[in-house]
Amino acid sequence: MKLKGKVHKFGNDINTDEIIPARYLNTSDPEELAQHCMEDADPEFPGKVEKGDIIVGGENFGCGSSREHAPISIKAAGVSCVIAESFARIFYRNCINIGLPIFTSPEAAQKIKQGDVVEVNVAKGEISKSGNKKVFKSEVFPKFIKDMITQGGLIESAKNKK
Amino acid sequence: MGHTITEKIILSHVPGLKEISPGDFVKAKIDLCLGNDITSPIAIKEFRELGKKKVFNQKRVVLVPDHFLPAKDMKSANQAKILKDFAEEFGISNYFELGEMGVEHALLPERGLIMPGDLMIGADSHTCTHGALGSFATGMGSTDLAYAMAFGECWLKVPETIQIRFTGKPKKWVGGKDLILQVIRDLGVSGALYKSLEFTGDTIEMLSMDDRMSMCNMAIEAGAKNGIIAPDKVTEKYVKAAIRKYKPARKTYTMVKSDKDAVYSDVREYNVSKLEPVVATPHLPSNGKPVSEIKDVKVDQVVIGSCTNGRISDLKQAAAVLKNKKVNPNTRLVVIPATQAIYLEAVKEGYAEIFVRAGGTFCTPSCGPCLGGHMGILHEGEVAVATTNRNFVGRMGHPKSFVYLSNPAVAAASAVRGIISHPSEV
Repeated sequence: MKLKGKVHKFGNDINTDEIIPARYLNTSDPEELAQHCMEDADPEFPGKVEKGDIIVGGENFGCGSSREHAPISIKAAGVSCVIAESFARIFYRNCINIGLPIFTSPEAAQKIKQGDVVEVNVAKGEISKSGNKKVFKSEVFPKFIKDMITQGGLIESAKNKK
Repeated sequence: MGHTITEKIILSHVPGLKEISPGDFVKAKIDLCLGNDITSPIAIKEFRELGKKKVFNQKRVVLVPDHFLPAKDMKSANQAKILKDFAEEFGISNYFELGEMGVEHALLPERGLIMPGDLMIGADSHTCTHGALGSFATGMGSTDLAYAMAFGECWLKVPETIQIRFTGKPKKWVGGKDLILQVIRDLGVSGALYKSLEFTGDTIEMLSMDDRMSMCNMAIEAGAKNGIIAPDKVTEKYVKAAIRKYKPARKTYTMVKSDKDAVYSDVREYNVSKLEPVVATPHLPSNGKPVSEIKDVKVDQVVIGSCTNGRISDLKQAAAVLKNKKVNPNTRLVVIPATQAIYLEAVKEGYAEIFVRAGGTFCTPSCGPCLGGHMGILHEGEVAVATTNRNFVGRMGHPKSFVYLSNPAVAAASAVRGIISHPSEV
């Protein structure tokens, strides 16, 4: 699978309160959450994000709360994947569990700029700017996680489990 | 090769596994799983998708609607009702309705629901608090909770461990909160990413369970997977008292300690005898400074409570500062005991009266304003001193408000003086 989208760039330590502020956590409806996605990091984001767009963050993206509403709001806003220098651990596993593709690549996260159009080869974990030959490699998922992703996430993979 | 307490607890929860190393992926049996009114509705939806007729163990699932209760609006009431209905349908005895409900990470230890040696997951990032009892406890998301409720297990990557060794006796007005703020100041908000933080040293032996819980509570603010303290006499006394009082279904526990030759990815030493209270300035918990370096910061609101510092010894410290004093006319004081038992004790000990006579409020247990829920949301430009755990942008209200994190005594002193202050200045 290949993803292609326009980049919205954010800095280090983007936390879950910025991704989806708690004032909207009285619902778990993905569409409603999407309307406030990234609002406290960039109030204009919900209005300008388009289907397929890509979020690029710095270090420790998604730190803070365990709220799965954060990756859910990003996914429901139409964002195709998140690339960052590093991810906070609960956010990382939440993304895997709900099937939002994420890529850890310090080089890509540093070199890619706001507004760039980026292509991602999901299977190979390769990231490149559109029309540019330079390929940024992302960290390979451990086999354990890869298998889970292949099976469609934690719940899907568990449906036949006794 | 020896193992850390974290490695040993995980190993003992993977049937058939003989050896364990940091970096291994395992499926571990859990002793307990926890959800709240924000994270459980999603977990319950996912659980229902699995088509399971029952939860793995009706006594090992805990549901605490502490975030937005008493329901702040209709939607929140709705979310809470999803928990209540689910608890009834699936016979979950550890569902805590308003009146019994308290902040989850204060309530579970108090009730004897979490024990030394346990492996616990919670759909709340501050689940790491329970490591203070010598258990492995870590925060996960709603889907993980759904899976745990169904199968009684979870997937884990075995973390490396950083040992933080404290020596020396903390000064008056310095407690667990200051120790952990200092550690986060040094490590940064991602300094312990994916790792375990193990707190050791003779200072820990001097600390109460309340202090220890404040410390493990904020391990996540350095990015850690868990915070943990080996159980000792203080732990055992606390656990035994909880068992006697609340007679939980499980009454046995295992005292696990790190091996002498355990391998740590890093060991950091702190002599805390000269440490003064630490205050984390906006907008990261790692922005700690000694309180004396923070000058003339006017405070609009002080919040004393939360899973970090809403326990009885926290309220005792705040009351000691506020006794016979008045809250500054330009400052609001919101005190929120973490559980009903703490509430009652604060009334009995006279702390509640001290807060109210000082011109503060004394509220019902809830996470309240800590995460910008209710009971004290900040206006644009306002400054709060809070005994909570996060001071991110917009955490307690308006994205242009400012939160300083401190211990309860500093918070109380700041309420009296209307500027951020050392308790000795009151």
